[in-house]
Amino acid sequence: MSGGAQDQAVRTGRIARTFIYVVLIYFALFYLLPLFIMAINSIKPLSEITGGNMMSLPAEPTLAPWKSAWSTAQIGVEATGLKPYFMNSILMVVPAVAISTIIGALNGYILTKWQFRGSNIIFGLMLFSCFIPFQIVLIPMARLLGLMGLAGTTWGLILVHVVYGIGFSTLYFRNYYAAFPTELVRAAMMDGAGFFRIFWRIMLPVSGPIAVVCIIWQFTNIWNDFLFGASFADLDSMPMTVALNNLVNSSTGVKEYNVHFAGAILAALPTLLVYIVAGRYFVRGLMAGSVKG
Amino acid sequence: MTFLNIDNVTKSYGAVEVLHRVDIAVQEGEFLVLVGPSGCGKSTLLNMIAGLENITGGEISIKNRVVNDVHPSKRNIAMVFQSYALYPNMTVGQNITFGMEMHGIPKPEREKKLAEVAKLLQIDHLLDRKPGQLSGGQRQRVAMGRALVRDPDVFLFDEPLSNLDAKLRVDMRTEIKKLHQRLKSTIVYVTHDQIEALTLSTRIAVMNKGYVQQLGTPKEIYDTPANMFVASFMGSPSMNLLPATLRASNGGLAAELTGSDGGKLLLNLSQDGPNLRAYLDKPVVLGIRPEAITDPDGVDRNAKNTQPLRNMVHVTEPAGSDTFVETTLSGKACIARMRADVDVQPGQPFDFIVNMDKAVIFDPASEDRITG
Repeated sequence: MSGGAQDQAVRTGRIARTFIYVVLIYFALFYLLPLFIMAINSIKPLSEITGGNMMSLPAEPTLAPWKSAWSTAQIGVEATGLKPYFMNSILMVVPAVAISTIIGALNGYILTKWQFRGSNIIFGLMLFSCFIPFQIVLIPMARLLGLMGLAGTTWGLILVHVVYGIGFSTLYFRNYYAAFPTELVRAAMMDGAGFFRIFWRIMLPVSGPIAVVCIIWQFTNIWNDFLFGASFADLDSMPMTVALNNLVNSSTGVKEYNVHFAGAILAALPTLLVYIVAGRYFVRGLMAGSVKG
Repeated sequence: MTFLNIDNVTKSYGAVEVLHRVDIAVQEGEFLVLVGPSGCGKSTLLNMIAGLENITGGEISIKNRVVNDVHPSKRNIAMVFQSYALYPNMTVGQNITFGMEMHGIPKPEREKKLAEVAKLLQIDHLLDRKPGQLSGGQRQRVAMGRALVRDPDVFLFDEPLSNLDAKLRVDMRTEIKKLHQRLKSTIVYVTHDQIEALTLSTRIAVMNKGYVQQLGTPKEIYDTPANMFVASFMGSPSMNLLPATLRASNGGLAAELTGSDGGKLLLNLSQDGPNLRAYLDKPVVLGIRPEAITDPDGVDRNAKNTQPLRNMVHVTEPAGSDTFVETTLSGKACIARMRADVDVQPGQPFDFIVNMDKAVIFDPASEDRITG
């Protein structure tokens, strides 16, 4: 009799499980559909798109739209493709992410382990910077960049992104280090390690998860930023997002949808790559920060 | 020569003084235990010796050098933390030698010291492991190794055994004591466990509410507590503190108690003197350790002044090695510690014997012990 009851329980479990999987697969398909359409249309000749069904698979697959988007498409006035702007974005994102993460880690270290009078107020003010809308600072920032001689340069963009990134990176590291036992810092102090030595030898080696979270967050935000790029960049420092917009908007003749799709995927690839490589650490680090903070 | 001198030291956080004029002189090779309930200031005092907290007033000197403004790493001290504070990213060996590395000691010498200490603490086989792979007792040893390897003038221990399970705690306690006997090092040790304090120390400072209540050898603290706080904090079960009236009797002094049947009971005191005489016919508190109240066969043979006391037994608690017998005196529960196989029945009167050599008298108002 007990055996029968157990069978029942297993069967109910199986039904529930099937239901859960069906729902999950449905939602996964729903979210993947746009990417799928972009992908298949980016490898069709233009005639297949304009003359046929967007949903149909390519009859004659071709990589020409990708090549065009990368190296020959008309961006603004010049037919350079997205390549130089992709490089601009890389040159902007890598230093901006590195600098804001390092400063955030140092801030978090100081705000938790070297507290001083008013350190909590300073942390509160830094948090506040996470909530300032981008649009508000456009004009003052433009003036500031002009005064500093950084207007229209990649370094100017890096500065803007670092300033905006510090709020979040400080928040991440502060909450992570708040759960880090202070006795370890005291032990290292008694062992004769100084401020930077403790940071370098004791704190940083255990900061992996939160560093990954911070890097993914900053990378995604800075790579995807359009407003600052459109406002502060010159033609030779213009990031990928702005170039993509110009690509889509500047076609004088026919709208080359296949090239646009390829360009959009190219623009999204780096962030996608970062998520695929480090995504599981992202979730893990977020949990650690939120539970213990 | 005083090795570690704590001279008139105070500590305040803003307007709140948490440590009041502490004076302790520690000699070389002494094992001083700071003991007290949580919040008594013992850890604060230890952190001030370590240099992790500022000194508000007074001076701390080590080997006649005032260290008030000396950085922790330059005081030549080592500390074992409650959580062990092992660096999680380094191996055991790296943990132990980190301090020497920071002080620029060359590698061959570091290796040599590491080998010595590892052998002493029997952790040679663990040197390549990370702290996360060690058991509680092993981590404890590594933490001690990290302190030992630096040959400090003073070792500081901050409740090092409180994270261990009961059995391991007793083992490590013995080991710390052995280590002290072998190395003859100067140790300041903080604990809230009075048994640890009594077993390990050469001297104890009992602290409460930021004051040192009493500073003395374990025997002094146990036999002649300075006040009722020390009397009740040290010893388990704690000293019986019974309201009594001081009476003149047979040319000496006696404490008058109320028995469980409401009758008066007189216990002649061993001590006498003008200070005590001032309390004649006034209320006092009689302090008697549980082991000073026994059955007639369990009396200490060296006791000079033993007094019989017939009273009702409420509860008996056999505890293996001892039997605890509870009775009521002057309206308060009074615990007697007897041999395991003693024949005592609850609800029956019993003839107790009280060893009055061990009795102490307190002033009920000031709670201080009245001496002679």
